[in-house]
Amino acid sequence: MAFLLRRLAGVVPTLFGVVVAAFILTRLLPGDPAVFFANSVTADAVTIAAVRQKLGLDLPLWQQFLVYAGQLLRGDLGQSVGTGQPVATDLLRLLPASAELTLVAFALAILVAVPLGVAAALRPGSVIDHACRLLSTAGVSLPTFVSGLLLIYIFYYQLGTAPEPIGRIDPFAIPPPGITGFLLIDTLLAGDTAGFAAAARQIVLPAVTMALFALAPLARMTRASMLGVLGSEFIRTARANGLRRRKIIVSYALRNALLPIVTTLGMVFSNMLGANVLVERVFAWPGIGSYALDSLISLDYAPVQGFMLLMATIFVLVNLVIDLLYAVIDPRTGLFHA
Amino acid sequence: MREKLALLRYILAGNPVTLLALAMLVLLLGCAILGPALVPYDPIATNTASALQPPSATHWFGTDQLGRDVFSRVVVAARLDLAIAFAAVLLSMALGSVFGAAMGYFRGWLDTAGSRGTDVLMAFPLFVLAMAMVAALGNSVSSVVYATAVINLPFYIRLARAETSIRRDMGYIEAARVGGSGHARILRVFLLPNILPALVVQASVNLGWAVLNTAGLSFIGLGVRAPTPEWGIMVAEGAQFIVSGRWWIAAFPGAALMLAVFCFNLLGDGLRDIVDPRSRT
Amino acid sequence: MSETLLSVRDLSVEFRTRHGIVPVLRGISFDLAPGEMLGIVGESGSGKSVTAYSVMGLLEASARVTGGQALFGGRDLLRLGQGALNQLRGAEMSIVFQNPRTALNPIRPVGAQIADVIARHDPAPAAIIEARVLEALRQMRIAEPERRASAYPFELSGGMCQRIGIAMALACSPKLLIADEPTTGLDVTTQAAVMDLFRDAVRARGVGSILITHDLALASEYCDRIVVMQTGQVVEDAPVAALFARPRHAYTRKLLRSTPSSVDSIEALAPDEEPVAPSATLPFPAPAPLPTQAPAPGGPPVLEVRGLCKSYVHSRSRAFWRRREVARLQAVADVDLVIHPGEAVGLVGESGCGKSTLSRMISRLIQPDAGEVLLDGAPIHGIAPGRFARLPQRRQIQMVFQDPTESLNPRFSVFDAIADPVTQLLPRQGAAALRARVEQAALQVGLPLELLNRYPHQLSGGQKARVGIARAMAVEPRLLVLDEPTSALDVSVQAVVLKLLTRLRRQQGVAQLFVSHDLNVVRLLCDRILVMHKGRVVESGPAEQVFNRPAHAYTRSLLAAIPRLPQLQEAATP
Repeated sequence: MAFLLRRLAGVVPTLFGVVVAAFILTRLLPGDPAVFFANSVTADAVTIAAVRQKLGLDLPLWQQFLVYAGQLLRGDLGQSVGTGQPVATDLLRLLPASAELTLVAFALAILVAVPLGVAAALRPGSVIDHACRLLSTAGVSLPTFVSGLLLIYIFYYQLGTAPEPIGRIDPFAIPPPGITGFLLIDTLLAGDTAGFAAAARQIVLPAVTMALFALAPLARMTRASMLGVLGSEFIRTARANGLRRRKIIVSYALRNALLPIVTTLGMVFSNMLGANVLVERVFAWPGIGSYALDSLISLDYAPVQGFMLLMATIFVLVNLVIDLLYAVIDPRTGLFHA
Repeated sequence: MREKLALLRYILAGNPVTLLALAMLVLLLGCAILGPALVPYDPIATNTASALQPPSATHWFGTDQLGRDVFSRVVVAARLDLAIAFAAVLLSMALGSVFGAAMGYFRGWLDTAGSRGTDVLMAFPLFVLAMAMVAALGNSVSSVVYATAVINLPFYIRLARAETSIRRDMGYIEAARVGGSGHARILRVFLLPNILPALVVQASVNLGWAVLNTAGLSFIGLGVRAPTPEWGIMVAEGAQFIVSGRWWIAAFPGAALMLAVFCFNLLGDGLRDIVDPRSRT
Repeated sequence: MSETLLSVRDLSVEFRTRHGIVPVLRGISFDLAPGEMLGIVGESGSGKSVTAYSVMGLLEASARVTGGQALFGGRDLLRLGQGALNQLRGAEMSIVFQNPRTALNPIRPVGAQIADVIARHDPAPAAIIEARVLEALRQMRIAEPERRASAYPFELSGGMCQRIGIAMALACSPKLLIADEPTTGLDVTTQAAVMDLFRDAVRARGVGSILITHDLALASEYCDRIVVMQTGQVVEDAPVAALFARPRHAYTRKLLRSTPSSVDSIEALAPDEEPVAPSATLPFPAPAPLPTQAPAPGGPPVLEVRGLCKSYVHSRSRAFWRRREVARLQAVADVDLVIHPGEAVGLVGESGCGKSTLSRMISRLIQPDAGEVLLDGAPIHGIAPGRFARLPQRRQIQMVFQDPTESLNPRFSVFDAIADPVTQLLPRQGAAALRARVEQAALQVGLPLELLNRYPHQLSGGQKARVGIARAMAVEPRLLVLDEPTSALDVSVQAVVLKLLTRLRRQQGVAQLFVSHDLNVVRLLCDRILVMHKGRVVESGPAEQVFNRPAHAYTRSLLAAIPRLPQLQEAATP
């Protein structure tokens, strides 16, 4: 319990640092917001100065930061010039799309990588082992956007099995009532099996692209971790006591091997959040990544700032969950015992 | 020296994959250094009459939408991509390892502050951070180098810190203290040379990431801008033609990217075998 | 005539390494009778552990059995497949490993691990197995077995973990039990307790056991017969009494004479072993007998320590909202110590007693919390370690470290390693003068000059130890602090190094503070001994007095726990 609270308390300075970093970064971004909000290229110096004062941009930097922090605490992330909406609203609206894609990809990656890595470690030198190592090295080498394009070329252009990569659902289809925002869940809840199939078909290629990116480091770490555990001394003791192979693998090796894998999950998730932007660009997926990218290119900076803050916060929270998971598996962290 | 060469031969013999990686590296460096002088066409000369032609005898990799020879552009782009990667990795390795080693050696407030800073840096998805930095610093090669260097810093800091922490209490460090060396000399003469092998392995892998990062940035329009030949830009330009079946414009630079990153990763694996005796039989 | 339990004949094993095929066992043979305890004794590289693993079928993939047989219960263990071996392992034959904590699964309760073994060989309902687990723990004299059974290895001490290991090995009542250096990592007193337990448990069940160890004295105290191994061969095989009364092989005799507990004085230790002859370039006088005792140390003390204290803060915040509990660990409490020029003082204690902390405070690597350290009468305790490194007094106190591998910079050649303190601590000198000094230091410790260009990974353990001593002596200090310099070395190498240290002290007049857990070694080397326990000095006095007429109860318990060789046991006066 103390561990949990200490861990939660440790998150606070990191989040604070994140806020400071985001603030500094966007203050460095080029372009004078005052000119923008004055809404006219030919506005004269007096108007611009008035706008600047209204936006509080003439205050010293630390005061601007306090204003900024105060806004954050109220949930005000600023206004987007492109959509005309508060950034917070935009992000909340678009978040489910990105979340659905990331979660599906993450699940896919884990479901394939972990068994593959374990199997490769149990049969060193076999076909599976070589396949795993090849996949790990090659998968890490493939840029996400290249693999995405490759998949589109093969499955859409050549084989025709995948739909056109233009977003989450066919633009002419009627979306289900938005309960969770996750199309896959909403269509099922509405009993719309045709809609579910359509949404699933759209999500396959982008999810596989993202999953490929995460698969390689996960498979590699699983294999390495499993190999490491299998060579350790307590496994030798288990063998010396005549324990059956299945028992050794399941009760002794797997759980111990999970520890480094769980730690890697955090890093992999962070990489996926970064790859999100690229995948959404390739597949025209209407999520927060596309939103941020479009804003960045059109020099609309409030959404970019909000996007970065959101990403960092998500990552910090996910890391917290992962640490907790680690503590549950490893009694040495003292979560349950004294 | 002779012993090191014999060891190298042993490792390479048992690891043909590393040999392959070395060969690919030589090929890539050749393209980077000699490429611009040897390519058949001018990489930025446009020729709309022969645009969008598939690979043929005259244009080995075909032509793009402006009639530029894809092969020449791919080879010439090697120089820019590799130069950015090497510069960024060298920069972050130099800064990160010194800082990380100091953190691991002195501990105390330096360690706490540095760890917190690294945590904050790593809280942002690194590609997103690079995006923001390049946007802030302006679209140029130097800003891509700096952004890539910054996002690679945490890896070196953490690695240097961990390696230094292990060695800090070893006998030979204490012997150096007893032997009259001050802190600076111990870091410089005793610690850094010993943690260098691990750092070099990390650098090899990071070179791959740096290339991916640069390409990713230019793919979304940040950093290096057209018409400079760079693999990411070329993939971005070719992306719109994939759906109509003109695959060669994006495929060849994509393959070049893959080759480069694959080569660096294999090299990293091979170096790890040489450097870490435990992974040897 | 009872039949043999285990009969090993002409067992040969080879390893595939990057240097080619290396034979590790060359046709060894021995027998084990039921209920007998056999000791296999040898130094590192003798192949004793490989023997055990071969018999149990636990060799790694790069090892291959090339010949011989191991008959157990009428079957040749070396010809059995893993399936059949798996049936036997844990049920008929079992093994206890060296490092008890790493031998257990760190994230599984120890009771569950024992239950796994029982369930594998004697399946039964969970309640019955649990009862058997508790019974096994009780027989290991473990109090509160229910609580211990649900504990994890990291919550238990080293001695407790080893008891669990033995309990697990005996859980299914095997006929053969192999113990591979079971007490090497444990304190002397814990070692005695665990070995007593082991012997009693094995005798009570009539189990035939093999004790593998490098410690001849330990084997002599617990075993019925001893097999001595050297570089993969059996050189002697005899009952204990006969082995010590009439050792037949030269190697056995050498081992006996190198064991500190077998001799009374340092001169008698390994009498015909001398430092390796140096190169032909510089003539070295024929090995001279050890110089006689230097004139009695007189004059002002080199080092004086008064009331030295050091504590470490160990803070544990119990809960987020409660005040932090601060636990102070008193590593060194109020220690006084005097060392005269040319004197050898021994500092003895078990792990955690504070001797390492004390030695590091004296060498000025750590700052004391309170107390004084005086070098030649001048206080040096107030100066920060970083600044002290640049003062001229730094060269007067030098240190030799425990682990020879870790104490040498892998990037420095031997020459660089010895020259480094010289260049830092002595006034600048030309290259020729530096080389002369380094060569002289090397010759002093018996290091051949050819080795000066080598790197640490090319040296043996003994050679590395000599380099460490040469490095410390090159600046001609007045006091040499040695922190367990020989505990990582083989017994025969240790004997040579101990004699070297004595020679250096008598020839050069350097005072020595010898920190060790081994009273036998300290007795031979030192004039005076201090015994430390939980941060305090509990006894101090001349070596012979502390050893033969100990005053403090702790010293007595320490002496009682040390394994002795037979002749000394008979001669010991109560």
